[in-house]
Formats: sequence, C-alpha cells, structure tokens
Amino acid sequence: MNEVKRTTCKCSTEIRNLSVTKRDGILLHDVNLDIHHGEILALIGRNGAGKTTLLKALLGRIPYTGSITFHDPEGKRLSHPHIGYVPQNMLFDRDTPMTVLDMLCANLTRFPVWLGHRKQQRKEALEMLKRVGARENLLDKRLGTLSGGEMQRVLLAFALYPKPDLLLLDEPVSAVDRMGIETFYDLVTVMRKEHAMPILLVSHDLAHVEKYATCAALLDKTIIVSGPVRQVMQTNAVKEAFGLKLAGGK
Amino acid sequence: MEWFYRLVDTLLPFDWTEFGYMKNALLAIILITPLFGLVGTMIVNNKMAFFSDALGHSALTGIAIGVMLGIDNYLISMMGFALLFALGISAVMRKASSSADTIIGVFASTGLALGVVLLSVAGGFAKYSSYLIGDILTVQPEEIAMLGILLLVILVAWVLFFNPFLLTSMNGDLAASKNIPVGAIQQVFMLIVAVLVTVSIKWVGVLIINSLLVLPAAAARNVAKSMRSYHGLSVIFSVISGISGLIISYYAGTAAGGTIVLVAAVIFFVSFFFGKRRMRVSA
Repeated sequence: MNEVKRTTCKCSTEIRNLSVTKRDGILLHDVNLDIHHGEILALIGRNGAGKTTLLKALLGRIPYTGSITFHDPEGKRLSHPHIGYVPQNMLFDRDTPMTVLDMLCANLTRFPVWLGHRKQQRKEALEMLKRVGARENLLDKRLGTLSGGEMQRVLLAFALYPKPDLLLLDEPVSAVDRMGIETFYDLVTVMRKEHAMPILLVSHDLAHVEKYATCAALLDKTIIVSGPVRQVMQTNAVKEAFGLKLAGGK
Repeated sequence: MEWFYRLVDTLLPFDWTEFGYMKNALLAIILITPLFGLVGTMIVNNKMAFFSDALGHSALTGIAIGVMLGIDNYLISMMGFALLFALGISAVMRKASSSADTIIGVFASTGLALGVVLLSVAGGFAKYSSYLIGDILTVQPEEIAMLGILLLVILVAWVLFFNPFLLTSMNGDLAASKNIPVGAIQQVFMLIVAVLVTVSIKWVGVLIINSLLVLPAAAARNVAKSMRSYHGLSVIFSVISGISGLIISYYAGTAAGGTIVLVAAVIFFVSFFFGKRRMRVSA
C-alpha cells in the first residue's frame, strides 16, 4: 500500500474494510478507499477485479461487511446520499414505449408520467438536457431509438438531478464514438470544477484516466495502490495489471 | 344500481341489454377492464406475464383452502394464498440460481395441481370447474361494488407509485441510485397484481385471466410512443375487447371470457402489423 496521505481531507465517501462474499467466493476483500469532493477518482483493474461489485455496494444493491459513509462538503454526515449513476451499456427493454421526457420526469416529480407531463416539468427536463449538451429534440424520442452517445447524455442528465453527493460513472463511454467521448469527459470535468462534485470513474481506458482523472485506485479484490493519478500510473502494479511492456513484466 | 340500468335502457336499447345479468356484466366489464389495461402495461414492462399467470393458477389452491376451512367467501383464502405465493416466488427467485421462468413454472404447476387434488378430495372437482373459465354473467350487484372499490384503490396506487414502478422496471440499479426502495416497490407491485388477479378470477377464470392482463398492453406496446399513449391505448384496447366481446358472445351464444380474449387477440395482431409497417416507414 502506498496510499498518499492528504493534509486537507474533504472526504465525500469513506469506504472502510469493505468485503463482499458470494457463494462462489470472495468478490471484494478489505477495501479501504476515500473519494474526495472535487476529485475524479478513476477505479481501474482487470475484468473481474470487482469494480462493478464495488459500485453495487455503493448503490446499496448488495450486502457487504464493513462501512461506507457519505459526507457533504461541510463534513456533515449524510444518511441518504443522492447518488448519480451512469451505468455502462444500460440493460433495458428497447421496445418499451418510454420517451426521454418520461424518464426524466419520473425522476423530477411524483406526478405519474402515464398521465402526461406538465408544462413546467417539460421546461425543467429541457434544462436538464441542455446542461449536458444534448439536443432539444431528444425529449420526445423513445429511449430505444437513441444512439449510444445520446443515451449517455440522457443518463448523465438523469444522474445530475437532484444534484448528486457522489457521481458514479461506469465505463461511461463504452458505447460512444470518439468525438462524443471528449465532450462527455469535458462535461464531467466542468461538473467537478463548478460543483466540487466527487466522481468515481470506472474505466479501462488508461489514456482517458490519465487525461481526466485526478486520482486513481487499482482494484484487484482489494485496493492494490491508490493516490494521485500520475503516481499510480507509474507503479509496477498498474503496469503489470495492464500488461505494459515497458514495465518489463508480463 | 337502478340509475345504471335506466341509463343502459336509454342509451343502449338493444336485445342484449334487455336482461339484468347482461347489464351487470357490462358494468363489471366497464369497471375491471381499465384495470387490466393499466396494470398490464407494467406486467409487460417487467416481463412478468408468466408470474401473473402463476398467480392465477394459485387461485385454485386458494379456493381449496377456503373449502377446507369452511369459509363461504373464497376470496379471502384465495387472496391470502396468492399473497403468500407471490412472496414465496420472489423469495425463491432471490436465493435460487435457476432462471426466473423455471422457478415461476414450478410454482404455477404446483399451485394448479395442489388445487385440483385438494378440490377433488372434497367431493368432485366438477363443482369448481367454473373457476377455470369463469362466468362474467353471474356477477352480482354487491360484487360489482367491490370491483368499483378495487378500481379506486388500484388507481390511487397507480398515481402514487407509478414513477418508482417505472424506474424500477427500467433498471434496478438506476432506481436504487435515486433512493427508491427497489425491493419494497417490487413487492407492492406484486401485491397489486395478486389482488387484481384473485378478485377477478371468479368471472374471468384461471385459464383466461392472464390473456386479459397481457394482450391489451402488448397490443398498445406495438403502436405507442410514450408512456401516456401506452397506457391510454392499453386501457382503450382492454375496454373495447371487454365490451365488444360481451356483445358478440351474446349473439353468437359463446362463452363471454373466451370471446373477449379473442377480440383482444385480434387487436393485438392488427396492432402488430400496423406497428411493423410504421417502423418501416419511419426507418
């Protein structure tokens, strides 16, 4: 462990001694990780290292031992944090007659979307789309007809309301073309800077991680190494995990 | 009820409305078919068509338990058993590694077989065979009142819980990120389906009920573009199949339940081809 200690800790999310076991074995073991306000922490690791499991634990979707605590920027503890979650290649039924407006409004309001939408909600949904740089005419499109990049924008818009205490991005650009990737990350960087939003980014693409993340953590059932992104990238553990020839490893 | 009879006599002065039982059946259909249309949308969204079918099958065991306990109103034992059954299925699905349709299939056949066995012990299954296809023409005014209450209750639930239902059905992780209690929401939905299925099984029948839950929503899905049109069309298809099926069955001398399902099936196939053509045009 060569975790880099900070002097001014603005912890958003503290993960302590987190373990997840399933019938067929240990998925995560004794994970300790801090995510700070205003940082993009990249979670990297090989397939099956437990990245998605860690996200599921953060979302409260699977049982775990250990603790996860959330804090607002003032350091006050949050018992029910708002988590913004942008899943990778979201699995959903593409034939469902559900428009972008339906999806955003189901999150914006309690007014049941099967009864339609009020003008005010439509306006708010439009604002949400504009904020993530999506075109207005997406609003009345069916979710199943969106392109990968459009879907990613809509999911980001969805994740950003209400303003999340932690933003989780799971391989957020796997279904997006080159141009879309740049814009998506630029947007996320703006979110981080303007709102001091803590962001956990799961990614395979080391080039993107180096370019956009501030910190990184290498996961393989447990945190192997974590710290500022440049330092982490230089460690042998990362080079080995990603099979970089320079390391003289595998 | 008098006002309704008079209204029907004035508005629909036809052969088929002359009889009191037809008027009752018409009112029952007007109350219950919108519910099938409404709840069906979410059953299809959740891919739970097989689950609601299993609930229908469990009703037979529910009746048998009622008979054994000597309860006059089987509704209580049916509903009680259906709720246990639904919770049982969801508990086993969470724990087991078999796929959902296998588990539900196991439950469905057990529920049906157990019901048949228990009822035949009590002295011949024939007495209860009417539950298999149901008979809407036997509906009584006090039962219609109960359908009215059911309509109100489910409508209220559909207004209060629809958005969480929708997000949960779309993607559980996404719903959980918005602090929606995904497990509880799924159980509330199962509860609604269980109540709707058991209350209406007497008139619609074990074998037919699921068609009425699934067909209108599936047809609406073929042509709808948004949640509103999906629900609107599903309710309209359901009510149209119900009323026209009833009328056709009167003149053709056929069983009402089966005729209603056939009308719904015709609507489904028409919407299927219409939807296909529209897809091609817009593509």
